[in-house]
Amino acid sequence: MKLLFEKSVAGRASSILPVCDVPVVDLADNCKRQRPLRLPELSENDISRHYSQLERRAHGVNNGFYPLGSCTMKYNPRVNEAVAALPGFTDIHPLQPAHTVQGALEALSLAEKYLCAITGMDAMTFQPAAGAHGELTGVLLIKKYHEARGDTARVKIIVPDSAHGTNPATAAMAAMSVVNIPSGPDGCVDLDKLRAAVGPDTAGLMLTNPNTLGIFEKDILEITKIVHDAGGLVYYDGANPNAVMGVIRPGDMGFDCVHLNLHKTFSTPHGGGGPGSGAVGCKDFLAPYLPKPHVGVKDDAYCFRGDCPESIGKVKSFYGNFLVVLRALAYITTLGRESVADAAKNAVLNANYMMKRLSECYSVANTGLCMHEFVLTLEKEAKEKHITAMDIAKALLDRGIHPPTMYFPLIVHEALMVEPTETEGKETLDEAADIFIDIYRQAMADPESVHSFPLTTPVGRPDEVAAARNPILRYTFE
Amino acid sequence: MGHYLPSTDAQRRDMLDMLGLSGLDDLYAAAPAHLILKDGPHIPPGKSELEVRRDMAALAAKNTVFPSVFRGAGAYRHYIPAIVSSVTAKETFLTAYTPYQAEVSQGVLQSIFEYQTMICELTGMDVSNASVYDGASAAAEAVAMCRDKKRTKALVSAAAHPDVIETIRTYCWGAGAEMALIPAENGSTDMKALTDMLDVGVSCVYIQQPNYFGVIEDADAIGEAAHAAGAKYIMGINPIAAALLKTPGECGADVAVGEGQPLGMPLAFGGPYLGFMAATSALMRKLPGRIVGQTADAAGRRAFVLTLQAREQHIRREKASSNICSNQALCAMTAAAYMAAMGPGGLRDVARQCLSKAHYLAGALQKLGFGLVYQKEYFHEFVTICPCDSAALLAYLESRGVLGGLPVGDGILWCATEMNSKADMDVLAGLIDLYLKGGARA
Repeated sequence: MKLLFEKSVAGRASSILPVCDVPVVDLADNCKRQRPLRLPELSENDISRHYSQLERRAHGVNNGFYPLGSCTMKYNPRVNEAVAALPGFTDIHPLQPAHTVQGALEALSLAEKYLCAITGMDAMTFQPAAGAHGELTGVLLIKKYHEARGDTARVKIIVPDSAHGTNPATAAMAAMSVVNIPSGPDGCVDLDKLRAAVGPDTAGLMLTNPNTLGIFEKDILEITKIVHDAGGLVYYDGANPNAVMGVIRPGDMGFDCVHLNLHKTFSTPHGGGGPGSGAVGCKDFLAPYLPKPHVGVKDDAYCFRGDCPESIGKVKSFYGNFLVVLRALAYITTLGRESVADAAKNAVLNANYMMKRLSECYSVANTGLCMHEFVLTLEKEAKEKHITAMDIAKALLDRGIHPPTMYFPLIVHEALMVEPTETEGKETLDEAADIFIDIYRQAMADPESVHSFPLTTPVGRPDEVAAARNPILRYTFE
Repeated sequence: MGHYLPSTDAQRRDMLDMLGLSGLDDLYAAAPAHLILKDGPHIPPGKSELEVRRDMAALAAKNTVFPSVFRGAGAYRHYIPAIVSSVTAKETFLTAYTPYQAEVSQGVLQSIFEYQTMICELTGMDVSNASVYDGASAAAEAVAMCRDKKRTKALVSAAAHPDVIETIRTYCWGAGAEMALIPAENGSTDMKALTDMLDVGVSCVYIQQPNYFGVIEDADAIGEAAHAAGAKYIMGINPIAAALLKTPGECGADVAVGEGQPLGMPLAFGGPYLGFMAATSALMRKLPGRIVGQTADAAGRRAFVLTLQAREQHIRREKASSNICSNQALCAMTAAAYMAAMGPGGLRDVARQCLSKAHYLAGALQKLGFGLVYQKEYFHEFVTICPCDSAALLAYLESRGVLGGLPVGDGILWCATEMNSKADMDVLAGLIDLYLKGGARA
């Protein structure tokens, strides 16, 4: 389909603003841009149709099953959208006097209180805009903690080899060197390897639990103890708490700080890649280091506390993705004490049910019960029949299912990571399982056929090598 | 009580039976039993949709929406055409994840490609990424991009937004790199001080255009000085002003960043906003975050994909240019829809109205004794002195439904946009006049 620029007609425009009602002022010539501003010239109808056409060439949770592992593509309740669109929230300036934004401050304070109760933390900031941003904030809290104690030798962050790529990348941004430790045969942290890795140079451990194989780290209390005994802190990567929210708390497992992806676990939409919210919670002893300002109460009114001399500073302007936090607050308020844990348990049930059904033909990397997600491996099929994880994923596209996460975690070859979430009913899981199994059988019967999928999508498999070799990153005007 | 679980008790029973489990709690056999919460977390009981809506509306009602706003300072009230929110409210755009599966994500990918093109046009740069979190983190990422083994120190103008300065400071501290402030002299970056500070250890110079005080910097001269010393040049720009002002490309910038909120995003108490980021071709592979590129499928059809991923964390891990993955995609689409709706003429008109109204407002305020602190070219913000107690004056304006300028030092930072009608500005002037004459205190 055409680009906006290819639909542009010189001289076409909409009438949006009134005529300027004050004398028109011009800039000094030496300040003015000389370069033409080549934005598209379109009618409102052109724009409406263009984006409707683009929408038909996209896939969201509203279009169908989206079991994208580690991304928790649960249903995004529309009441959350409705409340986040209230003018009392959208039309307030971030620098209004505190007494004119008491509702906004109360919302942030409530979200902090509830999410601390769910994670077992004592304080929380909403300044980070996404998970990776939360990770950076969390690791900077750890860095500041050691720095404040004058312990400058702690410059290493330990991450398991099953970790998300953001963990080592985050450690590097905090000028920490990364110590990778191999997982044990069961996919969990190898305690002996961990014991050998910790020492007086350990700043901390970054871990997600359940881990990226979808397995609950059974030795979690021993893991956090080993790191604490060595003087390090333990960071909870919040990619995966949908399995445990309301059931078991990171704070009780021994984690010192956590980040949450409100856009995963707490139902706010992903928007095609953002905006999210990477809220960071911590125990009391780390709270003085949280980004400033922090919501507090003074003389019975909510306020921003600016007096945070030990804070790491700011990681973003203002207070974070406020409207995203509101959506999460609406979600938690809806679920409440009873249903938060129910959501987690049903997510785990759905994953186990689907894993069991798929294990009829697929090899599963997990052993025993999984948590909210599980990992399939096509290693054998790839070796013997050249049927790859990519082939299965692309075949799913023709059946209206968004594929699982491919080729992650790195410790599993030809991996497909499946996370159904709790908002899918049994019949959806059954239909999807039938399709997965049908594709597998078809692939085994005729291995050549699967390399050509997908056939029904707007485009076939794009040439990614050519895209990277000869980057075309913008439209070129004639 | 509220929930979003479709499975019935009978279906749950079937699934548990198939797994050979007697209840949901059996699923957590691997977790330490004594840590399992028996009665859920300590939060209030759940609520129905109607109750939640009432609760949240009650919170919203505790905020004051000012009908008349003269405050900017990094968050600007502009008119948002109706088509913009209708585009971004489309369910599929709202609920899609990052476009990893290109075949079913062409709509999202193409929209980002169009956004990247518009940002290149606005900034006069060669390449744009798909967005970062906001203007402040964009500036911090740009500083990180320019650092190498020999050159590690960033010079940041003290006339930049305080939150941007603070964010750069945090990122630099984290990375173990130095940051120094270039002093502001008479409301703009002090050229003399900058020249003295430039040495072989300086990686980059960051300035904001127009700066925090609204003043238009001599961006060419600063860029020339930075480059003469072998440092990179980063400009943080206002995207509305960019329709009129000399582009970063024309000023010789290596990286252009900025806060994209004015491009169709509401004030929203500070977020979500949009960090835009563009660079010269030479720095393309140092850009952080997602980038969309054009290619073709086997049938030769044009297709878009996430590209140059060898820069990113999921491939490079600790050697990545940044850890960013999720960005502000829907906000980038908002900005693209906004720029499409305004068109080149419309965007220039918004900018010209901002400029003109700010000058009208400044004229009205000067007549009341609020002299301009800096006698320099400015865009839509400016600092005045305050001939009375500013806190008391602003409180009075507030009581009349007007959010006045922001107190900055001893003065007030005012802002006007196309949203401030002449009538509103005349009302403001009348209120201030009344206040100064003592008529308002009773």
